[in-house]
Amino acid sequence: MGLLSDPNRRKALTGLLTRLNTPICIVCYLAGIVWFMGLAFEPFTLRTYMSENAMGSTMVEERFSSGERALSLAKEFDAHKRKAGGMPVEWLVKAMQSRGLEVFTQSFSRKLPFPDENKERYMVRGTNVYGILRAPRAPRTEALVITAPCSPGNTNNQAVALLLALAQYFRNQIYWAKDIIFLVNEHDLIGTQAWLEGYHHTNITGMEYSPLQGRAGSIQAALSLELSSDVITSLDLVLEGLNGQLPNLDLANLFYAFCQKLGVLCTIQGKLQRNDWDTAEGYTHAAQTMMLMVLKQACGRSWGDHGLFLRYHIEAASVRGINSFRHYKTDATTIGRLLEGMVRKLNNLLERLHQSYFFYLLPSLSRFVSIGYYMPAFGLLAVILLLRVSFPGLCHCFSVSLQPSSPGVLTVLTPVVISHLTGVALYLLPVHLQEMAVEHFPVSETEAVVLTAIAIYTAGLALPHNTQRLLSGEGTEQGWKVLKLTALLYLAVLLGCTALINFSLGFILAVTLVPITASITPHMPKALYAVVMVLLSPAFTILYCVFIYQELIEAPVSVSEGWMLFLSVISQGILDHALYGSLVYPLLALFIYPCWLMFWNILFWN
Amino acid sequence: MAAPLTLLLIVAVTIRAVLFRSSLAELISARVEVVSPLNAWKRVVEGLALLDLGVSPYSGDVFHETPLMIYLFHFTVDYAEIVFIVSAYFVDCLSCFLKPLDRAKMFRKQKYALESDRYSADCLELLRSPKEMFYIPLKVAMFYLLNPFTILSCVAKSTCGLNNAIIALFIFCTLKGSALLSGILLALATYQSIYPLTLFAPALLFFLQRLYIPVNLRRSSFWFFTLQYAFMYVGSLVVITGLSFFLLGSWDFIPSVYGFIFSVPDLTPNIGLFWYFFAEMFEHFRLFFSCVFQINVFFYTIPLSIKLKEHPVFLIFMQIAIISIFKSYPTVGDVALYMAFLPAWSHLYRFLRNIFLVSCVLLACSALFPVLWHLWIYAGSANSNFYYAITLLFNFGQILLVADYFYAYLRREHHLTHGLYLKKKDGTEATLVLK
Repeated sequence: MGLLSDPNRRKALTGLLTRLNTPICIVCYLAGIVWFMGLAFEPFTLRTYMSENAMGSTMVEERFSSGERALSLAKEFDAHKRKAGGMPVEWLVKAMQSRGLEVFTQSFSRKLPFPDENKERYMVRGTNVYGILRAPRAPRTEALVITAPCSPGNTNNQAVALLLALAQYFRNQIYWAKDIIFLVNEHDLIGTQAWLEGYHHTNITGMEYSPLQGRAGSIQAALSLELSSDVITSLDLVLEGLNGQLPNLDLANLFYAFCQKLGVLCTIQGKLQRNDWDTAEGYTHAAQTMMLMVLKQACGRSWGDHGLFLRYHIEAASVRGINSFRHYKTDATTIGRLLEGMVRKLNNLLERLHQSYFFYLLPSLSRFVSIGYYMPAFGLLAVILLLRVSFPGLCHCFSVSLQPSSPGVLTVLTPVVISHLTGVALYLLPVHLQEMAVEHFPVSETEAVVLTAIAIYTAGLALPHNTQRLLSGEGTEQGWKVLKLTALLYLAVLLGCTALINFSLGFILAVTLVPITASITPHMPKALYAVVMVLLSPAFTILYCVFIYQELIEAPVSVSEGWMLFLSVISQGILDHALYGSLVYPLLALFIYPCWLMFWNILFWN
Repeated sequence: MAAPLTLLLIVAVTIRAVLFRSSLAELISARVEVVSPLNAWKRVVEGLALLDLGVSPYSGDVFHETPLMIYLFHFTVDYAEIVFIVSAYFVDCLSCFLKPLDRAKMFRKQKYALESDRYSADCLELLRSPKEMFYIPLKVAMFYLLNPFTILSCVAKSTCGLNNAIIALFIFCTLKGSALLSGILLALATYQSIYPLTLFAPALLFFLQRLYIPVNLRRSSFWFFTLQYAFMYVGSLVVITGLSFFLLGSWDFIPSVYGFIFSVPDLTPNIGLFWYFFAEMFEHFRLFFSCVFQINVFFYTIPLSIKLKEHPVFLIFMQIAIISIFKSYPTVGDVALYMAFLPAWSHLYRFLRNIFLVSCVLLACSALFPVLWHLWIYAGSANSNFYYAITLLFNFGQILLVADYFYAYLRREHHLTHGLYLKKKDGTEATLVLK
């Protein structure tokens, strides 16, 4: 308290902060970036370890041996799928019933707000088939889920077949203490969403579905399986879920432990682990893996069927079989054994997975960065905003703005309200105006939505400062300072909250928004700074992320391809919000963009 | 003055009416920051249902309101929304009336002190001018009615709003100088939530000052008035409690309301300090720690009354703030009550040191509460420590705010008597340090 109550020391501190404000800010920014990049350096990360006792010491013996049968089932399934022209519901029901499961179906339908051009669907109608293996040894209050999406074409047949083979094998074992639900869902995420909403009696996204007839206990964990070939070279683990939520790290540890045990090559973000951390290539590799995870987490969509389970407090991950040109091959029996082992370990759980971390980044499967290590990187960026707020001129403005009679409050209120109204327009209009746009312009519905969004975004740049000038005449020196103070505080709180829920999104936004927002004043060369601001605006951040992502997955794109990808990313973002309740689009439209507009307003204050 | 006030009332009622009708009302009334087990509307409805069935509303462990409150709602349950809106206005209008009273008295005092040369010559700029005082009631009204905390509390139909109205009424009557009404209302406030008990000291000091009775333990007039006021207070408390007994026909409500407040059995997280500690500690320390925690509310009355015995109105503000920080089930409605007083002390503004920091902390915390709640309860990725950390920070901010106002008040008084520009003995400029 000495620092707060002793005026001399206070004066010294504020003097120091004022004099060295800019250098401190620059140092903080660089330190934040360096800290973040340092996270991928192996000596700074922790080795993953199994925290959950129930899954740790008890190794299980895997005996699954019907991999070949699974592959022949896959061919049968493929034939029936072709015949039915979609999901062969009756065949699946029969197949599950003959394996001794309680089988139920759920039909659902959903009309998308606008056609999804990536997956070519608009009116979605489908059926989920699921079978419950009742636990012989426990009161059936808990359950595990294994799910395999029934995808169009001939993808994922092996996953469904392996699921059935596993069901047959599991049925004959007596050690199950939790019900096991085998779910084959149609239309990937939409089907999963319908099933989860039906299972939990909720309806948050306006889906129409028939109620579930059979139900097991509360679901403890879920695994989603994606296999499209008879042999695979490696297994990829996908963790990123809706809104950047991650499952408990123990689930990743479990997968890694069994891959090690069975000698299966395992990857994360499609990248194998390297052991040469002390070389430049080794570090770059780890950094690329981590950056991929950050980008995937930041976009807030569910990267596999598991992502929607996380919302219901169910730890879930997707296991994806990759068939590349490596020589090392793994057959279906080994994958079956791996899943058997994982499910048996999960079966041993006495309580929900909670021992290990929920906030982490993975530079490789065996190394992780916990929240305590990565938050300082964000903190160093966020503290810049607070330092700029404490800039003495601004501090003085605060005292002035507290007097309601002064013009401060009103001059600030206008740009704030206008910016937010623009944000609301950006959020609401694209989907609602699509019919009108299609009528008047030669575009498809999806293009109409995306282009309207971009048009409103661009129009917003012209709107606020003009209106403001119209209303209150020339801006005063006092006015922009108060506005900047408000906007800086607003941005700091906004980014802080975002980073808590989805670190990656918060960090990426902070990296691009902080430097320009911290330094903006009306007295700068307008044209130059306007260009810089636009280049660092949220939309351009998305564009950069698209290019960086393509670069990192080793599929670089040309500018025009990148632009098309950017458009599809926007439409996917809007769709994700409408279909699954992803929060990235409303966050950007309703908060980040208006906040950025407030700074834009400051640049054109005079 | 009347026109902006009317406009303000219309705006405030519109906001509330819109929120009452929107889907947000349900969401808000489930927030732990806004409703506590003591004042949740859901529980009141449950109590009413039990009462209608002829069962004691306190059977079961759901209802913890006082009997008078449940009988009030027994007759007005269909108009509950109106009751809550009106109670908000009640607080507001009262505070509007209350400030002029305070003001007139203050000017008289200032004039008197100036004439008698008690204030030093260069402190004229510290004195409060009628012009700046003119807008204070409006500002108080704005601070209370448009405070998001009050709006949330009102929309959630938290009975905290009614308690606030009773306390505001008590302050109003006290400043009006009616000892009897003040005693009765203080008893009512105490009956509602125990803690306003500590407001007895400032009210007594106020009346003593008003009647020009010096606070002197050896003077019989002091004891005479103290006993008189205490009798009015205790007498009405007994009458109210007796009335409750006759209404319900049992003493069930004593353990269920006051025992519930004191022993803190419900550990639902809220913005207070109790729940986390009591969830963590061993059961056999419970009595000890509940004493330690509860004593916080009452203990500060003694030093504060001694220090602020010349300034009972400020003492009331301090007490209300301390109650809302340290009470066992605080909600944002309690915070809103003492925040409404802040514009009344706008003349202290130049002496406040951390107001900017504190505003930032309170603002950030208000945003972080729902975020961390989401992470803990819905996403399951964070845990109670995250939420409690924010609770601690929020209370730290409040304590800093109150301490800052306290310091500023003392410093202004110091400057009034010693002059604004202090000199050291060697003639250089001196600074005041609080140690």
